[in-house]
Amino acid sequence: MNEHLENLKEIRSLMERSSKFLSLSGLSGISAGVCALLGAWYAYAKLHVDGSGLLSNPEIRHEIVPQLVVEALIVLTFALLFGTLFTIRKARKQGLSVWNKTSKLLLLNLMIPLIAGGFFCLGMLYHGFFWLCFPATLVFYGVALVSASKYTLHDIFYLGIAEIVLGIIALFLAKYNLICWAIGFGVLHIVYGSVMYFKYDRQEIEIPK
Amino acid sequence: MQILQNFNKAFESKARLGIMSVLMVNDVVSFIVLKDLLSMTDGNLATHLRSLEEANYITFKKEFIGRKPSTVYKVTVEGKRAFGDHLNELEKFIKGS
Repeated sequence: MNEHLENLKEIRSLMERSSKFLSLSGLSGISAGVCALLGAWYAYAKLHVDGSGLLSNPEIRHEIVPQLVVEALIVLTFALLFGTLFTIRKARKQGLSVWNKTSKLLLLNLMIPLIAGGFFCLGMLYHGFFWLCFPATLVFYGVALVSASKYTLHDIFYLGIAEIVLGIIALFLAKYNLICWAIGFGVLHIVYGSVMYFKYDRQEIEIPK
Repeated sequence: MQILQNFNKAFESKARLGIMSVLMVNDVVSFIVLKDLLSMTDGNLATHLRSLEEANYITFKKEFIGRKPSTVYKVTVEGKRAFGDHLNELEKFIKGS
């Protein structure tokens, strides 16, 4: 009797664990974080974005915004590129293809809030609420992570919550816009990536004949 | 104890129950992932996979992921039905006692 109950528990846990996308590499997080930090540094040092300065001066805003949007797109492209690369590498090590049922579910749940957020930010840019894009990207990204966390390592859930909290801080303390953004997309990614790397990736997986 | 006779012999071992549960919720699962999830040795896992395959409950396919060969397993229709029946029996047994 107990043995059967044990078996049922085991079945349930296996079904749950195995239907998640576990090939997400910690290195993906680290590389995304590095890209974001470089981007934030560039915005701060070269474009002199410091959060509050831009809020009040519509003329500066006019010059900088297009550059900043281009820069953000470059950062996003590189972050996605490296992120996908490391994840494909890990999946190969596990003998899996990256494009499977769980990765599709993961992507779908990640993309819905992200695309919504993307359009939301475009709308705010269009109406001139430039600085609100920093908190908005953080909040939408956090929501995307929370919604995707059901289909991958659960650690992503806490990363998502942290991004949402930072986004809300950035919303009320507008001065710290860029700093919050750099912490959320840069530092948090690097910290979580490292934690995940040492927790899950380091155990070598042998390849059977 | 009469009800125990309805239990499927193919699923008697914990390892095979484990393999079937993983395959039930996934399209295909590779050998390496199975090994990792069930923490079994190569030889042990291969033996259990072979007996499930002989019962026609699972099928396998060798494919290449990049340049590395990988064996992936999939549950058959028959396997799905048999495993479902087995779970129902388990449930009945637990409720009954």
